[in-house]
Amino acid sequence: MLTCADVVRLITDYTEGRLTPAERRRFEEHISICPPCRSFLDQMRKTVERLGELREEDVPPAMEQHLLDAFRDWSRNE
Amino acid sequence: MVGSRTVATERTEEHILAKLREGNEEAFSALVRRHTPSMTRVAMAFVSRRAVAEEVVQETWLNVLRGLGGFEAKSSLRTWIYAILGNCARRRAEQEQRFVPLTELAADEASGDELGVSRDRFFDGGRWAGMWSSAVPRWDDVPEERLVSAELRRALLEAINALPRMQRAVITLRDIEGWPSGEVCEYLGVTDGNQRVLLHRARAAARAALEQYLDEGAERC
Repeated sequence: MLTCADVVRLITDYTEGRLTPAERRRFEEHISICPPCRSFLDQMRKTVERLGELREEDVPPAMEQHLLDAFRDWSRNE
Repeated sequence: MVGSRTVATERTEEHILAKLREGNEEAFSALVRRHTPSMTRVAMAFVSRRAVAEEVVQETWLNVLRGLGGFEAKSSLRTWIYAILGNCARRRAEQEQRFVPLTELAADEASGDELGVSRDRFFDGGRWAGMWSSAVPRWDDVPEERLVSAELRRALLEAINALPRMQRAVITLRDIEGWPSGEVCEYLGVTDGNQRVLLHRARAAARAALEQYLDEGAERC
C-alpha cells in the first residue's frame, strides 16, 4: 500500500502518464480511499491549469522602444 | 484536437508573418510581448542574471528581424525564435566564461529526494507513518474569481521567479508555453528523468505558493 508521501512523490509521473500499469493501479487504489490525496491531486491539476493560462506581457520599456525602432528601420529597408 | 490546434497555430503564424512583412508595428509589438517574458526566464537558465538574460532576448529579437526576410517557415515561428534564443544565450554564457552545461545544472537541481511538500505535513513514525498529518484544503470550494484573479497570477509568477534556474526553465516551457517533454529535453539538453524531477519540484513549489495565497485569503474572509 502506498503512503500519502509516496503519492505526492509520484503525482507528476501519474499526471504525465509515466507510471507503469502496476504503479498506476496502486496509485489509483490509494487515491480512491484517501480524500486528502484526492484534494492534493486536484490542487496540482488546478496549478498546472493556471500556469497554462498565465499570459504576461511585461517587456522592459527601454527594450520595447529599442526593438520598435529596429523594426521601423528593418521595414524601411526591406 | 491537437491536429486542429496545430492548423490554427499555422494559420495564425502565417497571418503574423504577413503582417510583419508589411511592416505592421502592432503585430511586431504583440509578438515581442507574447514571447519576451518566457524567453527571458529560459535565457536565465544559460546566463543566470536577469539583466544579462534581457540583453540576450533583445539580441535575439534583432536577429529575428535580420533573418525574417529569409525565414521560410520550415519550422514554426516559435521554434525558430527559440532556436535563435538558445544560440544567443549559449554564446553569451561562453563569453562570460560562466557557462555550466545545462545537463550538469539539471542533474544538480534534480539530486536528492525531495517530495515537493514539507515532510512536516506527514506523520514520521508509527502506524500512520507517511500519511498526511495536516489537512489538505479542497480548492473546489474556492470561488472561481479568486482562482483566476490577478493577485493569484502574481503569486504564481513570484513563485516561478524564485525557483532554481533549471526548474524555472522547465516549468516555463512545459506548463506556461505548453511544449511537449521531448522537445524541452532536447532544447535544454537535459535527460528525460531529470526533466521529470525538475517539473515535479517546480509544480510543487507553484502549488505551495497558491496554497499559501488561498490560505491567506481564507483567513481574511
